This record gives sequence, structure tokens and C-alpha cells, in this order.
Amino acid sequence: MQHGKYRFIVGFLAVPLGLYALFVVWPFIQSIYYSFTDWTGLSPEFKMVGFDNYERMLDDTIFWKSLQHSLLFALVLPVVTIGLALFFAFMINVGGRHRKGGPVVTGVRGSSFYKIVYFFPQVLSIAIVALLFAFAYNPDSGAINSILRGIGLDSVQPLWLGDPDLALWAVMAVLVWSTVGFFVVLFSAGMASIPTEMYEAALLDGAGRATTFFRVTLPLLWDTVQSGWIYVGILALGAEAFAVVQIMTTGPGGPDYSTTVMVLYVYQKAFRDGQAAYATTIGVALLVVTLAFAAIVMRLGRRERLEY
Amino acid sequence: MGSTTAENDNGAEDIGATGPEGVGRRDLIKRSAALGLITVPTMSFLSACASSGGDGEEKAEAGEKTAKNPLAVNDSARMEFVLFDGGFGKEYAEDAVKIYEKNFPKASVKFSATQKIQSTLQPRFNQGTPPDLIDNSGAEQMDMGVLVGKNQLADLTPLLDAPSYDDADKKVRDTLRPGIVEMGQFDGDPVWIMYYAYTVYGVWYSRKALDSLDEQYPETWDQMLTVCEKAKKKGMAGWTYAGKYPYYIPFSLYPMIAKVGGREVLDSIDNLEPNAWKNPAVKACFDAYYELYQKGYILKGTPGLDHIQSQTAWAEGKALFIPNGSWVENESAKVIPSDFDLAVSAPTGLDSSDKMPFGTIWASGGEPFIVPAKAKNGAGGMEQLRIMLSEASSRNFTSKVKSLTAYNGGTDGITLTPGLESGVAALEKAGDNVVNPRIQDWYVQLQKEQIGVAGLGEMMAGRLTPAEAIKKIQGFADAAAKDSSIKHYKHQ
Repeated sequence: MQHGKYRFIVGFLAVPLGLYALFVVWPFIQSIYYSFTDWTGLSPEFKMVGFDNYERMLDDTIFWKSLQHSLLFALVLPVVTIGLALFFAFMINVGGRHRKGGPVVTGVRGSSFYKIVYFFPQVLSIAIVALLFAFAYNPDSGAINSILRGIGLDSVQPLWLGDPDLALWAVMAVLVWSTVGFFVVLFSAGMASIPTEMYEAALLDGAGRATTFFRVTLPLLWDTVQSGWIYVGILALGAEAFAVVQIMTTGPGGPDYSTTVMVLYVYQKAFRDGQAAYATTIGVALLVVTLAFAAIVMRLGRRERLEY
Repeated sequence: MGSTTAENDNGAEDIGATGPEGVGRRDLIKRSAALGLITVPTMSFLSACASSGGDGEEKAEAGEKTAKNPLAVNDSARMEFVLFDGGFGKEYAEDAVKIYEKNFPKASVKFSATQKIQSTLQPRFNQGTPPDLIDNSGAEQMDMGVLVGKNQLADLTPLLDAPSYDDADKKVRDTLRPGIVEMGQFDGDPVWIMYYAYTVYGVWYSRKALDSLDEQYPETWDQMLTVCEKAKKKGMAGWTYAGKYPYYIPFSLYPMIAKVGGREVLDSIDNLEPNAWKNPAVKACFDAYYELYQKGYILKGTPGLDHIQSQTAWAEGKALFIPNGSWVENESAKVIPSDFDLAVSAPTGLDSSDKMPFGTIWASGGEPFIVPAKAKNGAGGMEQLRIMLSEASSRNFTSKVKSLTAYNGGTDGITLTPGLESGVAALEKAGDNVVNPRIQDWYVQLQKEQIGVAGLGEMMAGRLTPAEAIKKIQGFADAAAKDSSIKHYKHQ
């Protein structure tokens, strides 16, 4: 058996690795290659231009703005989304008051209902969510300003997406709303697998809700939280951020570049301005940012795995 | 392969992300680093990939040139026509294809209509196998400047010099509306684009609403302010605009600048000349528009509205005027009340010292049709256009989609909708005073994102003064003039 081991392994791995190489690695190499050309994306002719695109990128104020916003997305979104999701999941599964004769660990009253409600946004496509919120943010007749008027706050009528100071936060709020439910479910599943004895022991020792959460739940859930963290971060750097910015914001990308993100800029350069090579250059920068994000999260989050 | 490399970046990261194990991700880093090293030797292979195809298939042979077939179309060659399936639908083109099929019974025509022009056609340009006629329009329009700059388009001069479909003594060129041929030129004589629809831009309003204020459309800015004040007293805003897409404001602002300072001001702006925006006429017009904001004549919340929302608010009577193009009648047909009495006017000027008369209006071609240089049956594509530019086809278009065509005429004998009728009247009033700022098709990013969103949008929301806006816009224009990655154009 030892004799044919490698042939055996290779036999299993060839197809998946081949697919991975063709659809993941190969496009990566191609885009890195194109970033050194002046390819327009509209004609088969192009020539090598060395580092011109990279020099241009470093001087491009819009690129720096989009990078800044993308980083902000990657920092704020995971913190808020994961934080909220953990809180909700804890309340649904563990945070309930202990009732006589009932199970030791239980969620707050009506928790199964909340679970469905939180998950609901997940069944809507991000494009629909973005459109709905674009209506809600309409300063003239949208739901939010109408509610503000309804409760007598006539003087507080923000422009939301029309205000450079608010637009980015308004967009982020939509992403939080649409992703938090998925993580509530994910973390709920994780919490369900934590043995009740641990909670019982904590309760016997007189631990309150907060202590239980920080000393028992969170450490035992750490692996799930960490992968969730990376997942949100990548949503925030990639497709989801693109969809909401493209569909909702002024311009899109505005007002006055206040919401432009890297993916949007890649798209605009490649498909609006016919500068595919420059777009791939920004794409390479995005790749670097994404890898760096994942590396940092993996490094910071490394902990000993608890067996239970 | 190659055309979607930018998107693949994201796709790839998502795939990587679904596996939560750290090993996969670190491996990815290592692998990308390693792959970076082998990039250089693979380059020749890659470039072969990107330019695959090329001249694989041969062009159709020319047919016999006759009076009925002046473009010498090969009557048995296949012709492929890709249409943008947008606000104008596809019926008008299907009707024209039927005529082509009737005239060339042996030829087969492959007609398709799509909204995804760029995603369907960009790979075919890259492979060198584009269709014979394309309506390159819509949100997925391929950048014309790049197509021209990379010699991807055929010169349409043979079509323009061919006898027109209706009258053999008249060239096609002489049957078109003013500005159409020039708009199809980029650098020098060749005409790359045939704009088929004809759009009138200006200030759109309801005659009924103006009547209710006992007012006429204002010709000077003082009158404009008076009308707005009257409207405000009645609880109605003077203006609204597509706040999320402030590049609608130029539809009335640019012709106003031309009216105040003369056509040359707009030409120098189009030419990206230094200090073009510092012209006093520009400042005067910016000040005038800013005054609308300062006096509270802009509908509240406008900077947060998109085009549909602003048009709806306007149609509901919340605001009197909106800068827009003639498509608004079709686009907002569902919300415009039947007694609205829609009308368009040339923009209001400053006063009697303006260089051009009241009536100076922006009108230009829409729906750009192109024949690719590498088309196999380019003559067939041009013949199809020649058919579309006949009076009968033009009338068919106008009656079906409520828009004018590039064909000068073709409105007799059909009932025009109120907006279209007022558009025709505005064009008649304008006569030769039709301006056609090219900046919106020459420099898309500059016009939409920089001048529109970052400049005018900010000024009309009150976050920039006119002087600051001009300085900012001039900075953008100077940067665009210096940017070697953009192709530059000049008025002839």
C-alpha cells in the first residue's frame, strides 16, 4: 500500500485541484499579468507598460478614498455584525430567565419567533434589500423621514444617502441589517453544541448573564466567531459592499466620493471607462487587502482549541 | 478568457472565504506569492489567450452595386444585429429587420435584443468576431472613445454618402437633423457612430401648473425667481432634480451657459481648455442656480432623490421645473397625470444682454448605432441603418416610442404626445441655436462623477459655494486634460 500512496492521493486530489487552479488561481495570475499592460478590455490589442498602472494608482486620490472606505467597512462591519449577532444569539439560546421546572438553559420568551425574524432578511437578495432601503432613505417620502415627521421631529429630516457625512453609515447599516440574521443562526447552532453542564456549573457558582457569556459561551464559540469574522470582512470588501453601494448611493459612489469602495472602483474602471488594465491593478490591491485582512484575523484569533 | 479578470478576483476570494480553516488561506498566500514568480514566463502564453480568435473567419464578399443596393451588400451573406432592449423596446428594430429581409430574401438576419450589451459583446470584440450592427446603449454601454481609439469601429462615411432610402437624389447625410453627423465624429472626418434617436434636453414643466400660478415660462432669471417665489407661497417648490445623479442638472445649465456666454464657452469646456470654467458666464449661471438653493426654491430632500423619485415628486406637483431629457415623458408616463399638459422649454437665461437668444436649447442624438471594423458583413449593417433612416421607419419609431429620430422630419401625419409636440416646437424655435455639449460622451467620468456628483451635486445641496464648485471642477478638468490614460478630443 505504501507503494501506491501518492498515486492514490493524487487520484483524489487531481480534479478538485484542477478546478481550483483553473477557476481561482488562473484568473489571479491573469489579472496580475493584465495589471502590467494597457489593456482597455474592448480590444484584443495591448502592450506591456511596466509599473505605470501602479504608479498611477498611488497618485490616484479616488483610489485612496476607496481604500479608506473599504478598510472602514472591513473594520466596522464585522465588529457591529458579529457583536449584535452574538448578543441576539445569546439571548435567544442562553439569556432567558430560569423558570421553575424548565430546562436550566433557555432563551428569552418568544425566542423561536425572534430566530425567524432575524433570519428573514437573509432570504431576500442583497439587490432587493438595497432597493428597499433606497426607498426607505428617500428624504422626501421615505419611511424613515416619514416616521420622524410622524413623531413630531419635523426639524430632523436628514438627507441620508444625499449627505456625504451620513451616506457611508447609512449603507453600512443596511449591510448589518441584511447579514446579522445569518450569524444569529450560525452562532445559535454553535451554542446548541455547548454542553449544558458547563452552564449549570457556572450557574451554581453564581455567574450572571454577562459572566456566563464572556467566560463560557464566547470562549467555546471562538472558532465559529473567527470564521464568521472573516466571512463578514470579505463580504464587506467584496460583492455585498459593491451591490449596496452601486444600487443605493449617489452617483454611484458619492455624494462627493463619500461612499466609493474598491470593488466599485474596479467595476467603474473596467466597465465604464474602458480601462480594464487599471481596474485589474486596483483588483490586485484589493487582493492584497483581503489577504492581509484574513491573515491578521487568523493571527490575532489564534487560541488553543478546547475539547469538550 | 480574460474579459472578466477583475470580477474573478472577488469570486475567488469568496470561494476561499467559505472554508474557515486557516490552512487554506495561508496556503493561498503562499501560492499567490509563488505564482507571482512564474508570471513572467507565462506571459507570452497569456497574451495569446487574450487575443485569441483574431481573423479566423473571413469577411463577406461585396455584392453588386446597384441603384437599389448602393452599399453593395452581398445579398446572400448573413447579417447580425444586436439591439439594446431599453426604453425604446425592440419592435421598431424588428420592423426594420423585416424590410431588410424583404429586400434581400436570400440573406439570413440574426437579430437579438439585450440589456447586457457590454457583457455579451465585450468578449466578442476581444475575440475579433463582433456582430455587424450594434445599438451600443444603456447602462452597459461600451466606451465609445476606447472603441474608436482602438480602431474597433467602421467609418460610416459610405452610408452617409449613399443615396437616401426614400430619395435617390439626396444623400443620407442630407436627411439628418443638425448635429447628428458631428456627434458621430471623434477625431477628424470619419463618422464612427450613427445616433438614431434624437433627444431634446431642457426644463420640463406642467403647463397646467404654470397656468394655475398665472405665469408664463420665464425667459429671464429675475422672472424665474418671481415664478419660484409665487410657487413657494402656494406650497410648491420651484425646482427639483435627480439629486443622486446630479449630472441631469447640465441638461438645462449647459445651454444656459451657452446662451449667456456664447457657444464658444461650451466648446472650450469640451476641449478641456485651461480656465474654461473660469469664464464669467459659467460663474453667472452657477450663481443663478445657487440662488435657487439659497432662496429655498429647491424641493426639500432633493439631494437624496434618484431620477425616478424626483420625476415622481415633480409629476405629483411638488415642484414646478425639472431639468431632463425627452425620455421623461415615456419614463414617467405612469405617474404623469393625464391633465398635466407636459411641456419642455429652452432654459431661462440671465437677461437681455445674453449672447444667444431665448430658445437656445440642447438637443442631440441618442441610441448610438455602430458597425464594428471587424464585422463580417459591415455593408449589411450599414444597409440596415439606411433602411432605419427612411421616412417610413422613422415615423414608425416616433409613433411607437414617442421619440424623434435622427431623420429630419417624419412627424407629419401622426398624433404627437404633448411632450413630444412641445419638443418639436422648441426645436423649431431654436432653429440654428441648438447646442450640443460633447463632454458627456467624450469624458464620461469627468462629466458624471466629477462635474455632476462632486461639483454640481454638492453646490446644489448647499455644501459648496459657486466659486468653490468652479475651482473644484476646473481642477477635475485640468486633471482629465493631463491624464494620459484618457483619449482627448477637440471640436473641429
